Amino acid sequence: MRRWLLVLGLLLLPALSVAQAIQPLPFRNHAEEVRFQQLSAELRCPMCQNETLADSNAPIAHDLRRQVFEMMQAGKSDDEIKAFLVDRYSQFVLYKPPVEPSTWLLWFGPLALLAIGGIVVAVQVRRRARQSPADTTPINDTGDDW
Amino acid sequence: MSRLLPLFGFLVLVGLFGFGIWWNTQHDQHEIVSPLIDKPAPAFDLPVLDDAGRTVTKASLLGKPYFLNVFASWCIECVHEHPLLMTDVKQLGLPLVGFNYKDDPQAATAWLAEHGNPFDVIVADREGRSGIDFGVYAAPETFLIDAKGVIRYKRIGPITPEVIDKEIRPALAALAKETP
Repeated sequence: MRRWLLVLGLLLLPALSVAQAIQPLPFRNHAEEVRFQQLSAELRCPMCQNETLADSNAPIAHDLRRQVFEMMQAGKSDDEIKAFLVDRYSQFVLYKPPVEPSTWLLWFGPLALLAIGGIVVAVQVRRRARQSPADTTPINDTGDDW
Repeated sequence: MSRLLPLFGFLVLVGLFGFGIWWNTQHDQHEIVSPLIDKPAPAFDLPVLDDAGRTVTKASLLGKPYFLNVFASWCIECVHEHPLLMTDVKQLGLPLVGFNYKDDPQAATAWLAEHGNPFDVIVADREGRSGIDFGVYAAPETFLIDAKGVIRYKRIGPITPEVIDKEIRPALAALAKETP
């Protein structure tokens, strides 16, 4: 019996550490908490750079969560809070950077690559179709001319 | 010609890959270039570490360029950087302001007693709020602030002899040119 209690206790340990990792903030209501969670999940921790503010346990993430929380309490909008952080930590803190000339490559680069690929394929297909308009069987038996 | 196309594509990928490796040797991935460079330093009003009754403000430091070094007794890299602050940085001839970041005053005082105190004055930011205004995210960090209170240069991470020669001295030379 005692052994089972021990096992149960050990199983619960990780939950305890998670509970301690991120200190709860005194939200006024559920809507505010949801808004906070959404906003902090869109913001990136400058210290451990692949974590959101919501997930990170770095001291700076804790401080910035507190900052975001206090600004929310002071009635600031999400955009105002983001601008505050961008002014200090650059656009790096945004997981979703705004569309502007310096981020065009980031936003439209993949589309441009896709378009270039599409054009290359279309040109190749047309050229081959022109070379053998009636002949549908491959000239090369292996079907592999690379 | 079209048979060479895959080879060409492959070479483009090799080129990109090589560029990526080269780029990473030139840049620190963890360094976020501060948007505050060439902007006025944020206003601050912080107590002096060993004299909590006295405060130092941004305005009180205007008139002469100075270094602002973010340090803490819990910061491991600060220990590595510290000997250089005591000697080479001090010899650059600018006031060195310590910014004791999110630290216990007693721990900070003990740390300075152990490692030496190169600072002309030390301000204490216990809560890290001024730190946020300065965009501090990883101690040690060092700012070069000019006589008008504009941030001219920022080092994220410990100062090294190379950083002094390649970054700090040129920044100081640029400052000296402006104010003859």
